[in-house]
Amino acid sequence: MKKGLYREKAIESLLYLSGVTAVVILFLICIFLFKDGIALFQKYPLIEFLTGTRWYPTSQPHQFGLLPLLFGSMIVTFGAIVLSVPLGIAVAIYISELAGAKEADVLKPLIEILAGIPSVVYGFFGLVVLVPLLQNMLDLPTGQNALAGSIMLGIMALPTIISISEDAISSVPRAIKEGSLALGSTEWQTIYKVTVPAALSGISAAAMLGIGRAIGETMTVMMVTGNTAVIPGFPDGLFAPVRTMTATIALEMGEVPQGSEHFYALFAIGSILFITTFITNIIAEYIKRKYRFNLGAGQ
Amino acid sequence: MFKRTRLHKILILMTVFLVIGFTFAGIGCVDKEGTTSKEGIIVKGSDTVLPLSQAEAEEFMLKHADKSITVIGGGSGVGIAAMIDGEVEIAMASRSMKDSEIEKAKQNGIDPLETTIGWDGIAVVVNPENPVNQLTFTQLKAIYDGNISNWKDVGGDDRKITVISRDSSSGTYEYFKEEILVGSEYRQDALVQPATGAIVQEIAQNRGAIGYIGYAYVDNSVKALALDGGEGVFVPATQEKILSGEYPLARQLFYYTNGEPQGLTKEFIDYVMSAEGQSIVSEVGYFPVVQ
Repeated sequence: MKKGLYREKAIESLLYLSGVTAVVILFLICIFLFKDGIALFQKYPLIEFLTGTRWYPTSQPHQFGLLPLLFGSMIVTFGAIVLSVPLGIAVAIYISELAGAKEADVLKPLIEILAGIPSVVYGFFGLVVLVPLLQNMLDLPTGQNALAGSIMLGIMALPTIISISEDAISSVPRAIKEGSLALGSTEWQTIYKVTVPAALSGISAAAMLGIGRAIGETMTVMMVTGNTAVIPGFPDGLFAPVRTMTATIALEMGEVPQGSEHFYALFAIGSILFITTFITNIIAEYIKRKYRFNLGAGQ
Repeated sequence: MFKRTRLHKILILMTVFLVIGFTFAGIGCVDKEGTTSKEGIIVKGSDTVLPLSQAEAEEFMLKHADKSITVIGGGSGVGIAAMIDGEVEIAMASRSMKDSEIEKAKQNGIDPLETTIGWDGIAVVVNPENPVNQLTFTQLKAIYDGNISNWKDVGGDDRKITVISRDSSSGTYEYFKEEILVGSEYRQDALVQPATGAIVQEIAQNRGAIGYIGYAYVDNSVKALALDGGEGVFVPATQEKILSGEYPLARQLFYYTNGEPQGLTKEFIDYVMSAEGQSIVSEVGYFPVVQ
């Protein structure tokens, strides 16, 4: 009995230690990221970094303007969300409400496979198939543009959006749906007036996590968006090349001299990126919690 | 039953730790062997010369198992700085040392000696369907700094020019900027590609694109332009013209050493300059030094 207790305690503390390690690693990453990011502003004014419109890191004098990269990330992510959220929700509704059990059993794992494809493979596919296609179909100067990035990121965000919204939709209590049907509404009316609104917070959380996925993606966007550091127009900027924050870090980290302003500038971008995804995740978490509460009230 | 599964889990955990442990132990051993028991030198610098030095070092070490040559990239400037500080025996460079660097070396008591180990040519390429066959440096500069944006201004079709550049960490990016842009900046809307292969891929399928790549990467899917560096003659990008020095976008690849190379450094450089070493230069895609 006593032996069992010790073992229990040992395992408990081991698990506790693992949990603590994860948190400590997170804090260490934060500290180093921000430390090197802030180092930039001893030599380069913060205002110029945040409001600059030109990114010329290797010319003299250096120009580290964040705006083209920030807007580049935003427009690509925006496009990805516009494409993937409606599609993802539609698929989730189909799987949880309309498809038969057997069909859903086949569809769900297939969608999960989408999430397992390495991003460089998506990028390669985009570069070789999608980019020439866009260029010829829309008669653009180049197919390497924000739209290509949006389409690829949309596809990559789909599995996240589908599986989380599907969870949300299928956990809407049966009683609510049956109540609606019993009152004489059709199946479609029930879906868009009852089921989807009831699952809305879960679906929003899915969209937020999709955004988080899209904004942090690097390899694919670097391969298909052309990496031109100009502030994109809206909405015509979708059809022009853009450069995202992630692609900038990946492109330039290779040969930047350690300890130079350029080096710190890349860390500053990393900090901005970190803050952005951090906020996105917090919002997603907040919405998710709200949705759990809703569910309790429903039952 | 319960006990057994718990035992299994512990076993799995232990195996994982053991594997990790052995891996680190392995790394430790290799490291020790590399630094203590072998005679070794470090070669550091230009990423353009990097693949060449790696190939040379591999062949050299196959022949001399007891000697070790460590090749590190980082850029010409980084390599030269390390040599000035006496950290490395050989600096690789795709440009000559600047006067300021030579001065700094002299202050540190280092006497840099330049050895040309090969030649590299940069080809300016367009889509094969593009009717333009030649450009002057002035036209090329205007295309890259944003003053010309349509092919019709340089004798081609009425089509927007898609300008392609490498990323700023590429040595070729700096070289091209120095030679062609001379003080101006790359246009802001130029496409930036992370690798030469991506430039070839884009140009092969984009009729309005223009880019620059190492001569070794030119194939049938792109067309290399003849260039006029200001002499009034258009020189085609061929091996012959690059080696004769007529082609304006050709550069030498250097090794820098502190004075006359000695010991293993001399042995390695002699190997690179030998017929066998120079055949590796062509294999990697550069041009051997004419002797």
